[in-house]
Amino acid sequence: MTRGRLLFAALVIVGALVPVFASEFAVTLANYIGLYSIVALGLVLLTGVGGLTSFGQAAFVGLGAYTTAYLTTALGWSPWLTLLAGLAITGAVALVLGLLTLRLSGHYLPLGTIAWGISLYYLFGNLDWLGGQTGLTGIPAITFFGRTLDTGREFFYAIWLVVLVALVSIQNLLDSRPGRAIRSLRGGGVMAESFGVNTANMKIVIFLYAALLASISGWLYAHLLRFVNPTPFSINLGIEYLFMVVMGGAGYVWGAIIGATLLTLLKEWLQDWLPKLVGQAGEFETIVLGVLLVLLLQRARTGIMPFLARFLPVDIRPKTPAEPSDLPQRQRPQRGELLLDVRAARKTFGGLVAVNDVSFQLHAGEILGLIGPNGAGKSTTFNLVTAVLELSGGEILFRGERIDRLPSRQIIRRGIARTFQHVHLRPNMTVLENVAIGAHLRGHRGVLAALVHLERAEEHRLLAEAKAQLERVGLGAHLHDLAGNLALGQQRILEIARALAADPVVLLLDEPAAGLRYREKQALADLLRKLKGEGMSVLLVEHDMDFVMNLVDRLVVMDFGEKIAEGLPREIQENPVVLEAYLGGVE
Amino acid sequence: MNLDIALLLGQDGLTNGAIYALLALALVLVFAVTRVIFVPQGEFVAYGALTLASLQLGKVPGTAWLLLGAGVVVAIVDTTVALRERRSRRLPAILGWNLVLPLVLFAASWWLAPRQPPLWVQTLLALALVIPLGPMVYRLAFQPLANASVLVLLIVSVAVHFAMLGLGLVFFGAEGSRTPAFTDARFQAGTMTVSGQSLFVIGASALLIVALYLFFEKTLYGKALRATAVNRLGARLVGISTTLAGKLTFTVAAAIGAASGILVAPITTIYYDSGFLVGLKGFVGAIIGGLVSYPLAAAGAVLVGMLESFSSFYASAFKEVIVFTLIIPVLLWRSLRSHHLEEEEDE
Repeated sequence: MTRGRLLFAALVIVGALVPVFASEFAVTLANYIGLYSIVALGLVLLTGVGGLTSFGQAAFVGLGAYTTAYLTTALGWSPWLTLLAGLAITGAVALVLGLLTLRLSGHYLPLGTIAWGISLYYLFGNLDWLGGQTGLTGIPAITFFGRTLDTGREFFYAIWLVVLVALVSIQNLLDSRPGRAIRSLRGGGVMAESFGVNTANMKIVIFLYAALLASISGWLYAHLLRFVNPTPFSINLGIEYLFMVVMGGAGYVWGAIIGATLLTLLKEWLQDWLPKLVGQAGEFETIVLGVLLVLLLQRARTGIMPFLARFLPVDIRPKTPAEPSDLPQRQRPQRGELLLDVRAARKTFGGLVAVNDVSFQLHAGEILGLIGPNGAGKSTTFNLVTAVLELSGGEILFRGERIDRLPSRQIIRRGIARTFQHVHLRPNMTVLENVAIGAHLRGHRGVLAALVHLERAEEHRLLAEAKAQLERVGLGAHLHDLAGNLALGQQRILEIARALAADPVVLLLDEPAAGLRYREKQALADLLRKLKGEGMSVLLVEHDMDFVMNLVDRLVVMDFGEKIAEGLPREIQENPVVLEAYLGGVE
Repeated sequence: MNLDIALLLGQDGLTNGAIYALLALALVLVFAVTRVIFVPQGEFVAYGALTLASLQLGKVPGTAWLLLGAGVVVAIVDTTVALRERRSRRLPAILGWNLVLPLVLFAASWWLAPRQPPLWVQTLLALALVIPLGPMVYRLAFQPLANASVLVLLIVSVAVHFAMLGLGLVFFGAEGSRTPAFTDARFQAGTMTVSGQSLFVIGASALLIVALYLFFEKTLYGKALRATAVNRLGARLVGISTTLAGKLTFTVAAAIGAASGILVAPITTIYYDSGFLVGLKGFVGAIIGGLVSYPLAAAGAVLVGMLESFSSFYASAFKEVIVFTLIIPVLLWRSLRSHHLEEEEDE
């Protein structure tokens, strides 16, 4: 980390000297690179990390630029006031657009951003009071403590100070509790929701932050050039911002600056040379940029940053928390208390009855196995309990309270934590960070605190808790490995550690032994016994009879959507109905 | 507004809507078969219109050069692959489609253009020059990414749009063109004058839609494309190559795009960058159909045409703003209705 900091400090110092030594032209270029970087940084957060592709950022730049242009020229406001006004207007517009378009799934979202990107561009160009296509001129320079920033050299510091703040704040955010939630959006959100992350809110937050950064870039742009017209806010620029991010490496914060630098220099160079080559004036660089982007996506989809990172002495691993976990724990239920009460649960898909009035109960301190052959409706029942699916009939109670109408992030709040049949891990996050997602609800500090790292004390407690849980399940040696590099058996254990980090009363495990080798199954069974010894209650869905028989206290057997038997493992083994279901009857 | 104006606007809207409907169908087709959201569709529209315009001026259209260039690139790429895989039997087909065909078309336009052939010959030649670009674009940009996620394909699509936009500028220049109407006939229906050109556009669109329907219902290749759209893996298992399906789809899409361009050129002046907006309006229609339903897409496109026409009367400056803002509630409605499985993204 220290070597990384040294490199960073060296970069800042070299950067600060640019306006002193560089030519006017180089300073101008550097200013543009800075302006683009601010937008691209927001886009890294939104698209690269959050997985929400936007082609519309240029429109937000335009909102910031036009707000200050209009208010300073027509109404004579101070640029500092218009900065706030621009942020307020952009924030309001982004909030409305976000609420409307972020609900869009998959590819509908980028299409939506293209649509409002074009709408806003045409709005700028057609409103008479914004000067139409000619735009607005005579925008005043910014004065800062009596000093007028009216040269590119002076403006350089204003722009790059914002870049620096944006860069550090986003890095801070990503390395925090809300940051982990943002980084887990990409997996589809089911996992994040099941640990209490409000994914819809998180999406709005990163959308707003990206829009506000774009707006600041627009404000700077307007006061640097002292005039605005609609052209730099068109959909083409929106596409170029995305291009910068993809080029630099969409998942990397530094990738934004590298992408912005490369694209700006490349464009500059192409705009110089191509018209000479073609023999006429025009924006021919789009050809090269388009082809380059296609090649990049075909050959190196992660962008340039991963290549660079290999040569940099930067170690981004977080420090291992030393102090033991001291997060408050939930009140444990009395042994034998009725926890989960499934009453005549029913699920139909069209005409198919997948779960037919199934009832069972789980008491504190026991391991209950829910077994049955393939297609028996086990997983459907599991999804009903975890609120991934909605009940068609019946009810599910937890400690006397109905939970079947709650969203999954409310279920976890009540102390029911789950694992997934197909592991849902963030392969590019470390084991420790993955487990810390489980403790999401045990922290409370939000995005604002995370941006300036005011939540370090809580963050250390969360990481310490994650570490403690990993040691509890026996993965203490892998804290800083990437989760994607673990073997499947370890990944399943990791999922259990993540569930434990939520401080649950009940663990719901969905086929935890599926795909495991014999040794791994033994290790898993030992772990579950140990947890039971510590007072944990477990509902286990499984079809592996051998694994279940020596482990559980009681069994519920399902077949064709119905409960066909319930009892102690020994009774179930001798139950003729169960034998028939598993082995097939004699016809 | 009186009835006459309303009818006039309606006629305009329907004419434009018919063209958007064609584009919407092509977009739905491309998305269904290849999962590509075909942003460069608009460039094919512009290429079609501008190629015809060049031919009418007696010039060799820029597309002829472009086709030669693209053919050479595809030939090099495909030949390299064929040689590496030691499948030299493929070479005649590769060279035939990518070098000989462009050369023949180039020679044809070089010989025909100054002689001012009849309009239908020019139209056919313009189509022949633009359509082969479709499969070439698929080969170069999308075929290597056939298994990528929809989002990656969308970004590639936008990049291709960017490149083709710039190429359009190189080969056609910045001036706009408007071709003469296919017919000057006018009909009187009550108080309303119906222009023959409008009827021609609507008729041609309807005819093309019927042709597409027959292609998909009656021909083996059409059925193969439908099969691929339903289930890519299943189609491959019965011997339908994804690559062939992709190239065929892009050929059809390029044909529709170029034809739309030729139909729209007499109505509005087309510049090298006009296609994008025309294509996007087809998109709005396609999205109304959820990118899956052909009839809904066509109906949506006609709605867009109408909306555009009437808003150009009431608030002409805000025509585009209105049309593109419409897309947001439509998208919202669509995404609330679609029961999709969460797609795990690759990173």
